[in-house]
Amino acid sequence: MSMFWTIWISVITLGSIFGCYWLLRWCLSNKTGVPEGESMGHEFDGIIEINNPLPKWWTILFYVCIVWGLVYLVLYPGLGAYKGLLGWTSSNQGILSLEESKAKQQEAIANNELVQYDREIKFANERFDPIFAEYAKVPVEELMHNEEAVKVGQRLFLQNCAQCHGSDARGQNGGFPNLTDDDWLYGGSGDKIKETLVNGRQGVMPGWLAPFGEQGIKEIVAYTLSLSGREVNETLRDAGRVRFAACAACHGMDGKGNQMIGAPNLTDNIWLYGGSQRAVTETLNHGRNGVMPAFDKTLGEDKIHVVATYVYSLSNK
Amino acid sequence: MSEISQAQPDYNYKVVRQFTIMTIVWGIIGMSLGVLIAAQLFAPALNFDIPWLTYSRLRPLHTNAVIFAFGGCALFATSYYIVQRTSQVRLFSDKLASFTFWGWQAVIVAAVITLPLGITGSKEYAELEWPIDILITLVWVAYIINFFGTLVIRKTSHIYVANWFLGAFMLTVAVLHIGNSMAIPLSFTKSYSLYAGAVDAMMQWWYGHNAVGFFLTAGFLGMMYYFVPKQAGRPVYSYRLSIVHFWALISLYIWAGPHHLHYTALPDWTQSLGMVMSVILFVPSWGGMINGIMTLSGAWHKLRTDPVLRFLIVSLSFYGMSTFEGPMMAIKTVNALSHYTDWTIGHVHSGALGWVAMVSIGSVYHLIPVLFAQRSMYSTKLINVHFWLTTIGVVLYIVAMWMSGVLQGLMWRAVNADGTLTYSFVESLEASKPFYVVRFIGGVFVVAGMLIMAYNTYMTIRAPKHSLGEEPASAAA
Repeated sequence: MSMFWTIWISVITLGSIFGCYWLLRWCLSNKTGVPEGESMGHEFDGIIEINNPLPKWWTILFYVCIVWGLVYLVLYPGLGAYKGLLGWTSSNQGILSLEESKAKQQEAIANNELVQYDREIKFANERFDPIFAEYAKVPVEELMHNEEAVKVGQRLFLQNCAQCHGSDARGQNGGFPNLTDDDWLYGGSGDKIKETLVNGRQGVMPGWLAPFGEQGIKEIVAYTLSLSGREVNETLRDAGRVRFAACAACHGMDGKGNQMIGAPNLTDNIWLYGGSQRAVTETLNHGRNGVMPAFDKTLGEDKIHVVATYVYSLSNK
Repeated sequence: MSEISQAQPDYNYKVVRQFTIMTIVWGIIGMSLGVLIAAQLFAPALNFDIPWLTYSRLRPLHTNAVIFAFGGCALFATSYYIVQRTSQVRLFSDKLASFTFWGWQAVIVAAVITLPLGITGSKEYAELEWPIDILITLVWVAYIINFFGTLVIRKTSHIYVANWFLGAFMLTVAVLHIGNSMAIPLSFTKSYSLYAGAVDAMMQWWYGHNAVGFFLTAGFLGMMYYFVPKQAGRPVYSYRLSIVHFWALISLYIWAGPHHLHYTALPDWTQSLGMVMSVILFVPSWGGMINGIMTLSGAWHKLRTDPVLRFLIVSLSFYGMSTFEGPMMAIKTVNALSHYTDWTIGHVHSGALGWVAMVSIGSVYHLIPVLFAQRSMYSTKLINVHFWLTTIGVVLYIVAMWMSGVLQGLMWRAVNADGTLTYSFVESLEASKPFYVVRFIGGVFVVAGMLIMAYNTYMTIRAPKHSLGEEPASAAA
């Protein structure tokens, strides 16, 4: 902020506060020329005004608030670029990335600066990190027997994952998988779940309308639905079986999918984007893009370990 | 209250009558919308799966209807009345007065149509799109010319304090409206704000909080300064107090906006200034309350028999309460708990229902007999019923929102021994549900009162002229 703006802000701020002070002082003594307690001598539609003094307690309250306000503006930022005697800031304002935030945080803590957010994070980290570090030493498959750890994982899940996967972890239509059913896109071992959480996932299903045309899509839809034991038109199904070779590259000849690339199993009647004929047609026509965000930077590996434990426990009772 | 027979200028009461009636009509509509969306919060099926009736579209319609339709009509009616009576002169221009009435109704009807259709600029309390914003500006300029024009041709030596507040309200609202509504039109029904990011947020809350400060406070203080002494038949308590609190109030309020943006991307210095000014503001706010309530000294007994005066005085109590609560909530550490919770909603309604609505209702009850050539309303008993319905309704509403808000704030920040949050958001919603039902009941009370008011008004207007109320025993002022 330039000097000009600091001066501008200071002048109008202090001008307003001292203006109030002056106004109060000016009205404290009787300069109206009318004795106190008597009418000012104007009359408006029958209303007259009395020249009563300002209530004393109210005047004192006004002084107290003004003094408090000035003290606050000396201690804290307020008057433009002036930082305040305490050097307090709420956070490192103006940072543009998580990395920058973390770097600034280290710097502020090293220099013992009063950055409220950084102090709170430091306090929280010192207090809670050891708890998670302890949990992270135990493999997910074993940690799931620690009831407390699973509860902690569930709470983290509710805060960070429930927005998409639901508070019961059953997911929702539109590409948010159910995490309770032992059907895994990328694998359901503790390590695989952690991998998904740490790095995120990008699931891409291409659209097939252009190469196959409407009739072709109809046939593949029929065949795909039949893989899950659904009743379909047999002529369409048989035609679709031939075309399915193109799908097999990812989903396998048997349609059981491929966890290496997150290609879903098409034989279990579990549908990420809906299993109606219309929904499957939509998927085949235009493709789908599924995104699971990476949580390594926000949660950190130790907390991810505990979340993964909770998720693992849902389908491994 | 028998002003009719006195020799007085030929005032323009037509526009006052029009705005007074519409105050009641829009009050019922706006508050009923509030009751509906309050019900939707615990019974979501009440949006009937119709986009026009969803919470997201009716909520801005509710706020616009109660603030600008109900509150706005009340301000137009009373300011036109007050400025004529305290200046002892007819309005500067009848044509402009008529334009402001029809123009303002057109603005409100446009809001009623566009907001449910989802046509919105998305700025809180300034949702209306740019063509409507332009109409508002035109109406407002006509209003200012008419009001100040009347003050210029006044027959009294001084300008009465009520008019200081009304004048400040009009000028500042013009600046706020034009400043915040600056936008680049994309089409006839869509525009984008001229400002971006934190600047846009600051502009919005500079406007938003001063909509509270000038529209809902300064304007209604003007109303208070006329109708309280008039209804109580007592002089204004302290002229000097009115000077201090007027100038301090208008110079401090304009700073208070940033307290809506604590702990956001807004620079720290701006947040601090907003907080400091908001806290100091507490004192001049109370100056107005003191001056109003002390005006009653020597006439306290009138509260026993006069429910209109009761409306006015209780409104001042709510004004005092919410202007204590507001500065407290502006303190960062308190705000850290209260922000984004129902506490804010409770605070707003203690101001909007307790202060703004009650002072307006009291003033309208004072006005209607005068405007329609009666000595009193059709039924004083019904005014009393209305008073108790409103008071109980408002108390139910505020207490429910306080409890829900503090509960939410505490649940959101509750942390387990391992540092994870104790509650999920849904759990805090579940905890709020019973309070949402209580809030709804409070709202029903308030709307029921308004319907009684409408009936009482209808009967008063319908009665033969000069037929209601007792003949004055002595010639009152």
